[in-house]
Amino acid sequence: MSRYAELPAYEIVERIKAHEIKAEDYIASLYERIKRIEKDVHAYITLTEDLALKKAREIDKKIEKGEKTGRLCGAGIAIKDNICMKGVRTTCASPMLEKFIPPYNATVVKRIEDEDGIILGKANMDEFAMGSSTEYSYFGTTHNPWDLKRVPGGSSGGSAAAIASSTASLALGSDTGGSIRCPASFCLVVGLKPTYGLVSRFGLIAYANSLEQIGPITKDVRDCALLLSCITSHDPLDSTSVDKPQEDYTKYLMDDINGIRIGVIKEFFGEGTQDSVAKGVWDAILKLEELGANYQEISLKNLHYALPSYYIIAMSEASSNLARYDGLRYGYRIPDKSYDWSTVYSKDRRFGFGFEVKRRIILGTFALSAGYYNEYYLKAQKIRTLIKRDFEMAFKRFDVLIGPTMPILPFKIGEKVQDPLEMYMCDVDTVPANLVGIPSISIPCGFSLGLPIGLQMMVPPFREGLLLRVAFSFQRNFPTLARLGNYE
Amino acid sequence: MILVERKKSISKKEIEHIAWLARIEISKKELELFSKQLNDILAYFAKIDEVDTENIPPSYHVLDLVNVFRKDNVKPSLPEEIFQIAPQTKEKFVKAPRMA
Repeated sequence: MSRYAELPAYEIVERIKAHEIKAEDYIASLYERIKRIEKDVHAYITLTEDLALKKAREIDKKIEKGEKTGRLCGAGIAIKDNICMKGVRTTCASPMLEKFIPPYNATVVKRIEDEDGIILGKANMDEFAMGSSTEYSYFGTTHNPWDLKRVPGGSSGGSAAAIASSTASLALGSDTGGSIRCPASFCLVVGLKPTYGLVSRFGLIAYANSLEQIGPITKDVRDCALLLSCITSHDPLDSTSVDKPQEDYTKYLMDDINGIRIGVIKEFFGEGTQDSVAKGVWDAILKLEELGANYQEISLKNLHYALPSYYIIAMSEASSNLARYDGLRYGYRIPDKSYDWSTVYSKDRRFGFGFEVKRRIILGTFALSAGYYNEYYLKAQKIRTLIKRDFEMAFKRFDVLIGPTMPILPFKIGEKVQDPLEMYMCDVDTVPANLVGIPSISIPCGFSLGLPIGLQMMVPPFREGLLLRVAFSFQRNFPTLARLGNYE
Repeated sequence: MILVERKKSISKKEIEHIAWLARIEISKKELELFSKQLNDILAYFAKIDEVDTENIPPSYHVLDLVNVFRKDNVKPSLPEEIFQIAPQTKEKFVKAPRMA
């Protein structure tokens, strides 16, 4: 049964529906695999084995009776631990929420359950999704299945490592500045950040509202299209969710990119980009040309300012969002009862938050404070407009914009954790899509020194179909460059 | 306390003040560590000064959505189990510390 673990989710779903595999056997085999591999990889914070097996038995019964089943029928799914699941602790990898049990489901969780997907557990992440390596998790780092001494990327590192090590068939992450695409790149899996507003964020624990989206992390592009089709919906509970008809994105998966105009972003190959990464990505671009696409280089002159602008905005929003953690209604509360309100509040947050979260709250508070608001927060939001205009201009000439997902190969655990600025630099190529709100995908495009390289592609808002089509064509024609994660 | 003049570094005293505004108690050790790290980060942020943003409107939001309204219908409130996740409670209340 273990061999099923490595199949893409859509095949698992087909086989379960065709009575070839019992959902219960498949889910049980995933947990066996988790028990063997987790001590090395540590992709999960919390497992929901009893719930998952119960749900699997219900699905098997449905199938026996010939009842209609959903599009994710029986597929085992890892959910990033900043997405609320009713009755299951949702920690955000923080001491602040170590014992937090949400009284409701996130909309995406409900959608997955409606489609008969089976949630296996809550995946590890950087605390409050702040980080690019998963090393900032209170529960300990996740290891990259391709090289256990290296980071899996972050902040959705657990979700990507679970896919790469085949301890889940599908996963959900969240992406504020690259948190889906970075670990997808480092773990050689597919990760998509949808257009801002396409997927409901109700039940996603907020970090920076104007930037973040929930999205799929999967073994291949078809799985990505499948999971995206299941989680997109207009949701009155999220006022930023867009009122658009639901789409079946798998219908876009055609092996045809003839005449597609690709813009190669020059700034994405600038200083700090490793040669091996640049070479791997250029090879992929030439392969796309072989398939009939045309490419040209393009310069987006304001991109140099994307990273500092992103961090100023993200930290400012974080300082406001995380003000809610006072340790009163839920969350960490110091045991001592003799202090006054402000002292309790300050101590709860001293012990409830890790270093990176505190750094960002403090800097965000600074950037929003009187006298500094104009020169930091407002200035960054104006630069955001300029970057948005750069992209709008570029999309007049090109269908797809392309470059590396990460400027570097997966780095060693401990290498950057002491230097926050160096960690931020890893996000240089992923943050523009969040500032502009456009869809962006990372797909595997090869190896260097046995380490994965990710290709990033971006399209105009709501053109996920086109993005998936190009990704699908690449994967279909060059499967060895985009091979599945295969740990062991 | 906070000066309106342009400056790109913050003193330890300012960090303590900002941390207090954010209601985060910081230890001596954290203050030392943060002082260097936060100033490194601010020095990097200063890069945005190179950009001329005269007459450029800010993009607070990437969508054109404004004022999304819903019907003012009565819905059930959260169940009583939510008290189980409150760290300190008394009867059907969440217990808060005294105001200073």
